[in-house]
Amino acid sequence: MPRKPWRRALALAVEALWPPAAALGLSFAVGTVIVAAIGENPLRVLPLIFAPGLGSADGFARVLFDATPLILTGLSVAYAFRAGLFNIGGEGQLYLGAFLAAWVALALPGLPRPVALPLAVLAAAAGGALWGAIPGWLKARFGVHEVINTIMMNFLAVGITGWLVERYLQEPGQMIPHTAEIPAAYQLQPFARGPAGAWLGLDRANPLGASLLVALAAAVVVALVFRRSVEGYRLRAVGLSPPAARYAGIAVGGVTVRAMAVSGALAGLVGVHEVLLYRHRFLDNFSSGLGFLGIAVALMGKNHPLGIVLAALLFGFLNTGALEIDIFTEVPRELVVVLQALIILLVVSFSELALWRRRRRRRREEAA
Amino acid sequence: MRVELEALSRSFPGVRAVQDVSLAYEPGRLYALVGENGAGKSTLMHLLYGMLPPDAGRILVDGRPVRLAGSQDAIRLGIGMVHQHFMLVDTLTVAENVVLGAEPGRWGRLDRGAARAAVRRDAERFGLAVDPDAPLESLSVGEAQRVEILKVLYRGASFLIFDEPTGVLTPQEARGLFAILRRLRDEGKTVVLISHKLDEVLSVAEIIDVMRRGRHVGRLAREEAGAERLARMMVGREVLLRVDKPPAAAGPPVLEARGLGVRRRPGQAELADVSFILRRGEILGVAGVEGNGQRELAALVTGLLRPEAGELRLDGRPLRGLTPRRARDLGIRHVPEDRQRTGLVLDMSLRENLILGEEGSPAAGQAGVILPGRVAALARRRVAEYDVRVADTRQSARALSGGNQQKLVLARELDGDPRLLVACHPTRGVDVGAIEYIHRTLLAKRTRGLAVLLFSSELSELLALSDRIGVLYRGRLTAVLDADVVDEETLGLYITGARGVADA
Ligand SMILES: Nc1ncnc2c1ncn2[C@@H]1O[C@H](COP(=O)(O)OP(=O)(O)O)[C@@H](O)[C@H]1O
Ligand SMILES: [Mg+2]
Repeated sequence: MPRKPWRRALALAVEALWPPAAALGLSFAVGTVIVAAIGENPLRVLPLIFAPGLGSADGFARVLFDATPLILTGLSVAYAFRAGLFNIGGEGQLYLGAFLAAWVALALPGLPRPVALPLAVLAAAAGGALWGAIPGWLKARFGVHEVINTIMMNFLAVGITGWLVERYLQEPGQMIPHTAEIPAAYQLQPFARGPAGAWLGLDRANPLGASLLVALAAAVVVALVFRRSVEGYRLRAVGLSPPAARYAGIAVGGVTVRAMAVSGALAGLVGVHEVLLYRHRFLDNFSSGLGFLGIAVALMGKNHPLGIVLAALLFGFLNTGALEIDIFTEVPRELVVVLQALIILLVVSFSELALWRRRRRRRREEAA
Repeated sequence: MRVELEALSRSFPGVRAVQDVSLAYEPGRLYALVGENGAGKSTLMHLLYGMLPPDAGRILVDGRPVRLAGSQDAIRLGIGMVHQHFMLVDTLTVAENVVLGAEPGRWGRLDRGAARAAVRRDAERFGLAVDPDAPLESLSVGEAQRVEILKVLYRGASFLIFDEPTGVLTPQEARGLFAILRRLRDEGKTVVLISHKLDEVLSVAEIIDVMRRGRHVGRLAREEAGAERLARMMVGREVLLRVDKPPAAAGPPVLEARGLGVRRRPGQAELADVSFILRRGEILGVAGVEGNGQRELAALVTGLLRPEAGELRLDGRPLRGLTPRRARDLGIRHVPEDRQRTGLVLDMSLRENLILGEEGSPAAGQAGVILPGRVAALARRRVAEYDVRVADTRQSARALSGGNQQKLVLARELDGDPRLLVACHPTRGVDVGAIEYIHRTLLAKRTRGLAVLLFSSELSELLALSDRIGVLYRGRLTAVLDADVVDEETLGLYITGARGVADA
C-alpha cells in the first residue's frame, strides 16, 4: 500500500520543520516569562519585535538589509556542510572578501563602472574562496580537521586585514582604522537614493541595496547546484560516504577543496554588502560575528537555500526589533539577544533530538 | 512455555512484510526460520518480541492472548532476542553488561558479587564460556555474542530468538554457537534460529519453517528437509545450487601483473612479486585466508593503491599512476567487498546509486548538469535488467535487503561493456536465490568476453566460477591451479601454506 505522494511530502515537511518551529515557539514562551518578570506586558512588548519590520515598507527593507549578509554566510555554511564539512571560518572568509574588494577598488581607481563593479564582486568572492580553500586543502592533503583550521584562519584574517589597513591603506588624518572611500565607480547606492526609493516608500536613509539581489541570486545558484548539478551530486556523495565516493572514482580531496572554496566565496560576498554598498570602505573589525551567525542561520534553515533565506529574515526581524524594544519599553534590548541565543540553542537541541529519533527508528527497522 | 502466532500480519509502506502467518512453538525444541532476505523473518520475530505491533492477528502464550506494547512486555513473559548487532557497552565488564538495565543491588548500588555469581551460574549451566570480569572490548565477536545470550538468559528468558547469529562468526565459532543452542534446548528452552544458510539450518534445527514473501510456506522436520527442497520452498522455483560453467574460451591477455609488490604497513598486508595473466573471457579466482594480500591486490588493480614494485598492464599498455577514476574510464569495474561502506552510498536513492561514478557521463546528463529524466530511465532499465526487486527507484539504498543491494552494485558495475571486473566476495551475506543469479550473471558476462578477477573466501564459489585459481599466501602468489582438476581439500592445503610455498 504505497502512501499517497502528497502525504509523504507532508510527513517529510513536518519532520523537517518541527525543530525550528518548536524552537521559535518555545523561545517566545520564555521571552514572555522574562518580560512579565520585568513587569512589562508581554502582549505589548513581544509584538514590538515584529512591528517595525511588518509596519512599513521602510521597516521591512531594513529587515531585508540585516538579513542580506546572513543569507550569504548561511549559504556558505550549508554549502560546505553538503560535503560533510563544518566550515566555521565564515567570519575570516568574509573579512578577506571585504578587504580584497576594497583593496581592488582603491588600487584600480580609473576603471569604468561596467568593469569595476563585477571586478570588485569577483574580488570579494575570491578573497573568501582563498581563505576557505586553504583549510580545505589542509584537510584534503593532511587530514587536519577543518574546524580547527577554520578557527585559526579567522584569527589570521582579522589580524592580517587590520594590519594591512593600518600599514598601507589607512585613510590619512583619521583616528578610526579604516580605508579611504572607494571610488564612485565601485560604489553601490541604496535603493532609497534611486528612483525606486520614493515609489517604494523608503526613507532617504534606508540602506537596502543591490547586495540583497546578489544574496538571493547566490541562493538560487546554490539551490540549482545542490539539486541538479554533477558537482552537487559529488558534494553529497562525499558528504554521505567518503569511502564510497572514493571507490567510485570521485576525487574526494578535490571535492573537499572546491567545497571549501565555494563556501568561502559565498561568505566573501558579504564584502559586496559591507564595502561596496554599506560603508564604501573597509572598516577594521567591522563584523560582529556575521560568520558565526551564519551557522545558526544554516541550522535553522536546515541547510536548504530557501530555509536559509527564511531563517535569515527571522534574524533580520529580531535585529530590527531590538531597537524598537529599547526605545519604547522598559525591557532592555538584550532581550532580543537572549531570544536569538535561545532560538539557536533550541534549534540545535531539537534537531539533534529529531536526528536521534530518526536513527533510533532506523535502527529498529534495521534490526532485521 | 507454549507460544502461538495466530494469523499475524504486518505491512510497511509498499510491502507486506508478514502476511497471515500462523505458527506454534512447543517448549524444549530447536526451530529454524528460513527464507530469502526480505522474506519477513525478522519482522515476524519483532512482532513476537514486542518491537512492532501487528496490523492484525494475535499472539498466545500458554493459550492466553497477550498484548505486547514493547520488548519489555515480551521479556517479562520470558521471550528474549539476540540481535545481529550487539547492544553491549564496550567499556563495561562482561558481568556488568549482562546485568545492565536489571542490576542486582539496592538504592542504585550495583551488587557486583551477585552479578558475577549470576553470570557464572548461567555460563556454566549453558556452556557459555566467558570470564565475567573481562572488559567487553577484549572479547572476540563470538564471545561478545555469548555475553548477549547471557544477558537474555539473565532476564529469565525461556524462549530465545536468534536473528542470523552466524553472519558475524567464523566457522569454528558458529559450531560453538550451535552446541550452545542444543544445550539451551536440552535445558527445556525453546530456541528459534533465523537464518538463510541452509547447511547450518540442516545441521542444527529439528523443525524448519520456511517463509517466502511474507508468507509461511511450510514447516518441515529435519529428516524430510533437504537443501534442494528448502531452497525451492524459499525461492518458489527450482534453484541451481551449483550453476553450470560453459567451457572456457579465453582470448588475448587483458590484465597482466608483473612482479607486483607493496610493503606491509599498519592496516595493509604485504604483497610481493605477484605475476599473472588474466585473459579475455576468463575468470581468475584468487583464494587465500583473509589478510594474505587479497585486499591489496584488488586495490592495486582498481587504482586505490599504487604498486611499490612491478607493474600492471591492461591490453598490453602499462597502467601507471592509476586512480579509481582512470581505472573506471579504462573499463575496469569493481564490486568492492563491503557493499554498504564502499559500494553504495546508503542514504542516497537507488537512482543516485546507479550513477555513482558515472555522474559526469552522458548517461546521467550533460555539461555538468544531471538530467533526472535520463537518470530515471537508466535506473529503470538497470533495475529491470539486473533483477533488483524494488517498487520505486527513488527509495534509499539502505532500505534494500543485502541481496538486492549487491545486485544494485552489480547492475552499476556490469552494465555497459567493461573490460575487466574485480569482484570481491560478490555473494557474501547474500541469500541463495541472489547467489544463483549473481553466479549466472558473472558466467554470462564471461562468455561475452569479460575478464574477471574474483576474490572469495568461499572455496566452493571459486571452484564453481573460476577457470584458474591463484593462491595468495603471505603476500605471494604461491600457485595458479586449474579449477577443473583441483578440489576444496587440496585448495585448503594451499591457502594454509601446507602446499605451494616451496615451488613459488
Ligand atoms: N521498518 C521497516 N520499514 C519499511 N520496510 C521494512 C521495515 N522492516 C522491514 N521492511 C521490509 O519488510 C520486508 C521484510 O523484511 P525483514 O523482516 O527484515 O526480512 P528478513 O529478516 O527475512 O530478511 C522487506 O521487504 C523489508 O524491506
Ligand atoms: Mg532479517
